[in-house]
Amino acid sequence: MDEIRVIEVKRSVFESNDREADRLRAELRQRGTFLLNLMSSPGSGKTTTLERTIEALSDELRIAVMEADIDSDVDTRRVLAKGVRAIQLHTGGMCHLDAGMTRQGIDELGTDDTDLAFLENVGNLVCPAEFDTGASANAMILSVPEGDDKPLKYPLMFQVCDVVLVNKMDVAPYFDFNLDRLRANVARRNERARVIPISAKTGEGMDDWYEWLREQVRAWQA
Amino acid sequence: MHELGIVFHMIDTLTEVGAENGLTSIARVTLDLGEVTGVVPSYLLDCWRWAADRTELLHGAELDVCQIDAVTVCNDCGRTYATLEHGKVCPHCASDNTELLHGLEIEIREVEGA
Repeated sequence: MDEIRVIEVKRSVFESNDREADRLRAELRQRGTFLLNLMSSPGSGKTTTLERTIEALSDELRIAVMEADIDSDVDTRRVLAKGVRAIQLHTGGMCHLDAGMTRQGIDELGTDDTDLAFLENVGNLVCPAEFDTGASANAMILSVPEGDDKPLKYPLMFQVCDVVLVNKMDVAPYFDFNLDRLRANVARRNERARVIPISAKTGEGMDDWYEWLREQVRAWQA
Repeated sequence: MHELGIVFHMIDTLTEVGAENGLTSIARVTLDLGEVTGVVPSYLLDCWRWAADRTELLHGAELDVCQIDAVTVCNDCGRTYATLEHGKVCPHCASDNTELLHGLEIEIREVEGA
């Protein structure tokens, strides 16, 4: 029997995931596929926002979608009905996707002829923020009924986001939701994050969101 | 299960460490766990037992969890303070221009193996 040794490691548990994520991101850039990791609470309107986005942009951009859920394929069927390629990822009880799972999804989906791919992450504001999926950028949707204090309660989610969509603005008059306070709370956590108020239902603000996406895809493919 | 995902990534990292150091079995793992990671140590230990025993390298391995206290530094007055007690606003100068210094670590400190 070999002698017992003590080995100093000092290695972050996220290190291997971060490496895999960087590799995936580099490959996606080479293929010219902009992958957006879309995160939010359950019920914030991720799938409805995606449906509207596909309708608006599918004539100019080649779009594909990966839906991640703990179970079921309800969302995938909604997206497939819009006429784009879509696959369902099941996380098997896990509350988030990591870079390894995202790669499996990308390999299954195929990215030939894809300008813009969406990864609809598991509805959760905690764990998805900790694991780099290898996406080109991170977006989150916060809906008005959830409240303007969420950046204070879930700081990491807001720190990793490039864009925050504030959805369901059409119902804002019925809630104690202050958009300026939200902007200030987001800025305290992340000065770079762009905040775009929208309503996927009425279409309010959606043009700003589409323009943000167009710019990102152009820059990624340049 | 947040903790289970963390444990799977720990096992990936430990598998690499084992291969790099020619270890065939690991008996003890020491993990530095930040106070504001949101990871619950007792859940982490349960997940560890379940998942580690399913690998040859880590079968029966003990997991020691060491808490790293959360510390925030104030960018205006330069002083540090306990994050849990005072949150985002500096208790010395009342500025909210502050940054977390420690507390989000999930880091394998050392392993004992043969």
